Amino acid sequence: MKFYFFHLMPYAHLDLSYTEKYETSWVKLPNTYYDREKGHALYNRYLDELEYADTLGFDGIGCNEHHQTAYGMMPSPIVIASALSRRTKNAKILILGSAIPLRENPLWLAEEHAMIDTITGGRLITGFVRGIGAEYHATGVNPIYSHDRFHEAHDLIIRAWTEPGPFRFAGKHYHFDYVNLWPRPYQQPHPPIWIPSQGSQETIEWASHPDRKYTYLQTFSPASAVARFLKMYRDQAEKYGYEASGDQLGWAIPVYVAETDEIAKREARPHIEAFRNKFAKMPFEMLLPPGYLSMGSMKRVAAAKAGMSMDMTLELLDEQGMFIVGSAATVRERLAEAQKQIGFNHLLPLLQFGTLPHELTIKNAKMFAEQVMPHLRPLGEAKTKAKAAAE
Amino acid sequence: MPATKTKIDVRGTKIGLMRAGKGAPMLYLHGAAGVAQWLPFMEKLSERFDLIVPEHPGFGVSDTPAWLDTVGDLAFFYLDFIKQLGLNDIHLVGSSLGGWTALELAIRDTHALKTLTVNCPVGLRIPDVPVGDIFMWNPEQRARNLVHDQRLADQMLAVVPSEAEADVLMKNHYALARLAWQPRFFDPDLEKWLHRIDVPTHIVWGRDDKLVPVAYAQAFAKLIPNSRVTIIPDCGHLPHIEKTDDYVRVAAAFCQERRP
Repeated sequence: MKFYFFHLMPYAHLDLSYTEKYETSWVKLPNTYYDREKGHALYNRYLDELEYADTLGFDGIGCNEHHQTAYGMMPSPIVIASALSRRTKNAKILILGSAIPLRENPLWLAEEHAMIDTITGGRLITGFVRGIGAEYHATGVNPIYSHDRFHEAHDLIIRAWTEPGPFRFAGKHYHFDYVNLWPRPYQQPHPPIWIPSQGSQETIEWASHPDRKYTYLQTFSPASAVARFLKMYRDQAEKYGYEASGDQLGWAIPVYVAETDEIAKREARPHIEAFRNKFAKMPFEMLLPPGYLSMGSMKRVAAAKAGMSMDMTLELLDEQGMFIVGSAATVRERLAEAQKQIGFNHLLPLLQFGTLPHELTIKNAKMFAEQVMPHLRPLGEAKTKAKAAAE
Repeated sequence: MPATKTKIDVRGTKIGLMRAGKGAPMLYLHGAAGVAQWLPFMEKLSERFDLIVPEHPGFGVSDTPAWLDTVGDLAFFYLDFIKQLGLNDIHLVGSSLGGWTALELAIRDTHALKTLTVNCPVGLRIPDVPVGDIFMWNPEQRARNLVHDQRLADQMLAVVPSEAEADVLMKNHYALARLAWQPRFFDPDLEKWLHRIDVPTHIVWGRDDKLVPVAYAQAFAKLIPNSRVTIIPDCGHLPHIEKTDDYVRVAAAFCQERRP
């Protein structure tokens, strides 16, 4: 198994009583809640945490993209990945992901990713996402074209990375007379591509296609949903006529490790509950604007999310497998069990979440790296090797 | 007599169509909520006009054609529709999104029109007068903000749609996003060409419209040469629904005025 320290960079100083006046920390929460000095300190703290993870032996460090929200201060993951590219030496740098349909010019994005890949000598792992529904309110991009633009921008970026230029590109949403990238990516044919998703059949069918075989990453979902969607990927690969490897599957989940189960729960409680109930809080109309999902999916999700706006306690998050918390032994056991059942090779623990302060983040990262990681590392690999031997 | 919905094929796009009444032709273009059925204001108008009520491409039982991206596309479609039906001297009427469509049609070509009536149309942007964000409103906020009389909103909210009706509402909401998400409920080019509308134009507004504030009535009137404004008091965004009698009276009177 491989481990990636993933950060969301929340505005951890958010006045949590904002919920008395506003229904969400996204798009409509006034940015007067943001303090520039605190922001300055937070960015530097979070970059320190990501750099520290490199020294702890994580295989990679990751950032992502969200707009106009206290949930994450990374409207541009490019800036964070760039800042990390010269300060780290070993870890892969993961952009999980760039919201490609939100870009008016996806070629800029292809250029930026190629630059980071080249500067780091091939340490970039690229991720492509559509952005969540709120992003379509924040940017004005029409959610009706979200899927279309995602696929068209993807095709354009891949062609720009792999085909000799200059060439022409004429799509519905993007048109360029000259596609001729300088620099071309360092990794050949292009950086690995991961697809983070909250789970959809369309995305899985597309990511697992033999032309792509992109690593599918299930994010912040109950363990049962993770198992279902990762199995869906394996089944889909089988339908395509090949066997998916564990390297094509990943799971991102908040994790907190401490000396004992009790200490872990006590230390994590306010911060994980703030993450779920304050930072991720969003009305349905903002999360799922018309067109973001196909009408069939929208109906299913609307039915499934009927009770979604309810606040959740640490116990409920733990029970649902949306948060892994406890002593190193407990966390090892939970993760080993999940790995055995689900068979993923990439784990992206979110070791800072919500309001979790720096000292606890560092302690959590260190304990995870020293007392959890080494025990779990052989799991996926052993299975892969065994399979290879059998073949 | 309530009209029943049939389907008509216009250059490969099948749409729903209701038609009843006699007299001069009146073409009604519906708003964002679609036209599920023949409504009381339609019944009343059909007593004086040959009322033609198509369901826009993308809405209700109609196809969602690949060419449909903008309200301008819809306007060209209805020019084709008018040609196919061989209509002339039309009283063109549109509500909200349909009003915007009627205006886009009229800046392109008025040769088949006799008059134009628009109820609380969107389509224009006054920078300091925001239009309500219907895409951010939940179903209850939508009902409450669309009508002035909250008892009417209560009645609307008390109706639980069947699954088939809910599917149509979702389809209509998707069609609305396709046409009006960005720019949000307006076309930056529309105001450049409103001066081209050369038929008598009637701008009808609910004084208490919370979606498109009544300030827009005067803004449209300034840009459309031969236009008149009627403001209906104690009325929200849907005067034809909320104040059916008042609406039908002023709308019909305008169309039937003797003009030199």
